Amino acid sequence: MRDASPAKTYALHIGVIALLFVLNFVLPDYHQGLFARIMALAVLAMGYNLLFGYVGLLSLGHAMFFSAGLYGAGLTVYHLGWNVPEAFIAGVACGALLALVIGLLALRTSGVAFMIVTMMFAQVFYLLILYFAAWTGGDQRLVVQQASRTLNLGGASLDLTNPTVRYMSALALFSVVLFITLAIVRSRFGRVLVAIRENEERTKMLGYDTLANKLAAVVVSGAICAASGAAYALLFGYVGSSFASVQYSILPLLWVLLGGAATTLGPLIGTLFMYYVTDITSGFTSAYLLIVGIALILLVLFFPMGILGSIRQRWLGWLP
Amino acid sequence: MMPLLTTKGLSRHFGGLRAVDGVDFALMPGEIRAIIGPNGAGKTTFVSLLSGRIRPSAGMIVFDGADITGMPAYQRVRLGVAYTFQITSVFANLTAFDNVALPVQRTLTDGRSKGQLRGAVMAALERTGLSDRAGTLAAHLSYGHQRLLEVAMGLALKPRLLILDEPTQGLADSEIDNFIALVREIAKSATVLLIEHNMPVVMQLADRITVFNSGRILAEGTPEQIRANTEVQDAYLGATHG
Repeated sequence: MRDASPAKTYALHIGVIALLFVLNFVLPDYHQGLFARIMALAVLAMGYNLLFGYVGLLSLGHAMFFSAGLYGAGLTVYHLGWNVPEAFIAGVACGALLALVIGLLALRTSGVAFMIVTMMFAQVFYLLILYFAAWTGGDQRLVVQQASRTLNLGGASLDLTNPTVRYMSALALFSVVLFITLAIVRSRFGRVLVAIRENEERTKMLGYDTLANKLAAVVVSGAICAASGAAYALLFGYVGSSFASVQYSILPLLWVLLGGAATTLGPLIGTLFMYYVTDITSGFTSAYLLIVGIALILLVLFFPMGILGSIRQRWLGWLP
Repeated sequence: MMPLLTTKGLSRHFGGLRAVDGVDFALMPGEIRAIIGPNGAGKTTFVSLLSGRIRPSAGMIVFDGADITGMPAYQRVRLGVAYTFQITSVFANLTAFDNVALPVQRTLTDGRSKGQLRGAVMAALERTGLSDRAGTLAAHLSYGHQRLLEVAMGLALKPRLLILDEPTQGLADSEIDNFIALVREIAKSATVLLIEHNMPVVMQLADRITVFNSGRILAEGTPEQIRANTEVQDAYLGATHG
């Protein structure tokens, strides 16, 4: 990891961001909107990847961190009339706090038990959203009005419902999180996380408090996923309980597996791929999920390490 | 001189099995001590208690004057108690560099060493003759090199007490000679406690030998004393090729 030339790595990541920037001006309206959504959700996948790919902890409850951000931002705007930056911070803080509490409880387990415990907590979170329907809207979604979704920056006011502003906001968040993950996995902390994934017992015997490191990873992962949720609420104005359902715990897992676990760019590629396969096939047939399923099976059979993971293994060993 | 490590009435019971049964043990700073004994004598359980990988049922452990009986393993490592595994357990999917960087960055964080990560890692690799393989994945190293990497990791922890659990298992004869030289080198700066089945290695290396049998200490002494001890011969030496 360390021996890879950092210049090449940074050039690649900056290149990807530049490409996404240019796409804003090239893509037709429909795809511009889709890409904005994909970038916001790729952040969820990146947060998930940090825990699943690098620490090796398979959570089935990340929908709760995403929706903690979604509701943390959405409810403060909707009920308290907070501004966009404060609401975004509130969303991220909710996710981080929730992750701290869930982490302290769930990390007492590992393996299959960890999957079940995180899934149960997420289910509790989902049911709580339905139970407090008076505030959350329950199974009806809340729509954050256009007027509340304006970002005031030093006199200039940005309308987040404008497609270009929305695209650029999603890209900004994506870029920041991409470089945060890159910095983490290249750091000493990142090396310890990978060591925990590879052999936790051995890592302890090198003097590391593995529980504290795992807890830190859960909190960072939860905060990133919450940032994705908060951005989603503010950019798309949609705050719905379906995002807290088990489906949104499994989707980031699929995106990460597809793109390549423990690769920094895999989450984006996986999310992009899944979205477009679904989008294209649903244009031809109502049985599009069947085709998506077949595509997934083929990928797992021939690219078990995901798209980017396989590329790294076969050709580009230096990929982070 | 005060012992570096002592145990008093140290016991570990698994159900009805007394794997380690009321052991009083003392280790002087700077010595190389070998623990021998037949299979199932409780040797690995005993060192696991010392390293903190398992908790004792009774008794206490004192390291450098401090009671460490209830201390988690990772904190003992920070005090200077390092343990290398019986089965080679380097991080197979990490490079040799990253394997050694883990213990080095630990001592840097603790303030037990100073300087640059890269320099310290390369120094540890050089000491074990692995510097030209820094970028190689540990999985692609030969078995002998993996064992050396394991030792490099143990050294990089800057241990005051290095516990080696069957370090020569699976090594070729030529590699064993290098290994003995390496342990002697380590012993200049640390106390070494090793479990070893290979009797020639034990006789060459150990200042003193402790013989375990059925979870208790059967005998203790210099290699000559142990060789002459009839009880030990009955329990152990007579039964093997030693």
